Amino acid sequence: MLTHDKIERNVGLLIVLAILTVSVGGLVEIVPLFFQKSTTTPVNELVKPYDPVRLAGRDIYIREGCYNCHSQMIRPFRAETERYGHYSVAGEFVYDHPFQWGSKRTGPDLARVGGRYSDQWHATHLLNPRDVVPESNMPAYYWLNRPLKDDAIDGKMKALRAVGVPYTDAEIAGAKKAIEGKTELEALIAYLQGMGTALKQTR
Amino acid sequence: MSDFVSGFWNIYVVGLVLISIIGCAVFLWSQSSAKHVAGQTTGHVWDEDLQEYSNPLPSWWRWMFYITIFFALFYLAMYPGLGTYEGQYKWSSVGQYKGEMQKAEEQYAPIFKKFQSQDIRAVAANSEAKEMGQRLFLTYCAQCHGSDAKGAKGFPNLTDSDWLFGGQPEQIKESILKGRDAMMPAKGVKPDLNGDQIKDLANYVRSMSGLASDSIRAQRGKELFGAACAACHGPEGKGMVGVAPNLSDKVWLYGSSEEVIIETITKGRTNRMPAFGEFLGDAKAHLLAAYVYGLGGGEKAPVAAPAAAPAEAAPAAATAGEPAAAEKK
Repeated sequence: MLTHDKIERNVGLLIVLAILTVSVGGLVEIVPLFFQKSTTTPVNELVKPYDPVRLAGRDIYIREGCYNCHSQMIRPFRAETERYGHYSVAGEFVYDHPFQWGSKRTGPDLARVGGRYSDQWHATHLLNPRDVVPESNMPAYYWLNRPLKDDAIDGKMKALRAVGVPYTDAEIAGAKKAIEGKTELEALIAYLQGMGTALKQTR
Repeated sequence: MSDFVSGFWNIYVVGLVLISIIGCAVFLWSQSSAKHVAGQTTGHVWDEDLQEYSNPLPSWWRWMFYITIFFALFYLAMYPGLGTYEGQYKWSSVGQYKGEMQKAEEQYAPIFKKFQSQDIRAVAANSEAKEMGQRLFLTYCAQCHGSDAKGAKGFPNLTDSDWLFGGQPEQIKESILKGRDAMMPAKGVKPDLNGDQIKDLANYVRSMSGLASDSIRAQRGKELFGAACAACHGPEGKGMVGVAPNLSDKVWLYGSSEEVIIETITKGRTNRMPAFGEFLGDAKAHLLAAYVYGLGGGEKAPVAAPAAAPAEAAPAAATAGEPAAAEKK
């Protein structure tokens, strides 16, 4: 019989039992998600792996910490769908590693910002948000209009392929060429303009 | 919820959940049913004489735990949680959302419908519609056109009567529903323009709207204008709705300084109003069109030549726009 006494005096056993106990939640709530169609397959054929430019833009999004103030997760409430569009579904994020859902909205949600504004609006707004939205408290990212330098873009795509993003060899080989001559601003805008467009039409 | 790739995961989830809950109950019961002797210790001794009582759990705490177990079982019976079992209440987040949307539809659809069937000019004169339109405008349009609708560099002012794609209510609505794309090619239709010629053109363009300019350069620019710009902006630079803006008025989308005009000619301009038809739907676009029309800049019903109407100079526009707003008051 496993008594209090035995467990407490046997550190190895205590550790094993403690790990088992605390992992129940994760085993029940997280592990099955890896075996659900809705979380592992794209919601429709419009969800595609990020092309090199958008991928580089996404890395800038992460670098600049955009996720600190912007979520990418529209919840199924009318108040949110009226403002942002169709609520987010898991199958839209299958190629996001890691996903950028975020947890805080100082700025608006960006899950469906793609196509909502013109490229020019984004350029102006990123460089100085006050130029278009005088009330905005978003910082100005005035340095973004500089050449995009991402020597590791093909390596990143290989790494993503290792975790299940179906990049072809040709896509990876052409990655460096694809981002040639782009600015960080253009890459970030390309990323933003592609965001959430898969479900836009559904209302 | 038959979403799992195999039936195993259903059993896996149900099994782990039930085993955990029942295990808690059994463990709790075994603890409370064990015999306790007052003053009994666990037998551990630390620091020479520090001992630990082995008292039973307080019954208030034990009963709270039992209640949580009952609650968990009730919850799992009523709500989704046990694998693919959807619960007696058939609740789902999407179902709740649809219910919320349906309720809102029933509440708001008649209001929208009332205005949707009216002419935009009539809607524009309605104060309730104006309030609704303003809220919609602040949510969906203010990011680019500004909360006062006066625009910004590159984003048109909607309160004047200078309309790039037409200020008739139907044209405004179409702009909202379908969006608009505008492109001015670099160096117009004369790609061999050199820097000096562009400067001449910029001076001529400034002179057209009465801004300070170098008259010699403007004269030379005037000769170039016909070949490079007139195809879209017209021989007198008055533009054409849906094709090119009027260069002879005081309205400048990107700025009227010589530098900015040179930049515009050198690099061209590409601009877009995104289409909002799919996102907003017709009813909201109708109200928005009415709101924008009612801001004062909306054109009157076409008198004789509709094509010539939009290209009014700004001062004339300000007064022309007033009656529409005054009607409401």
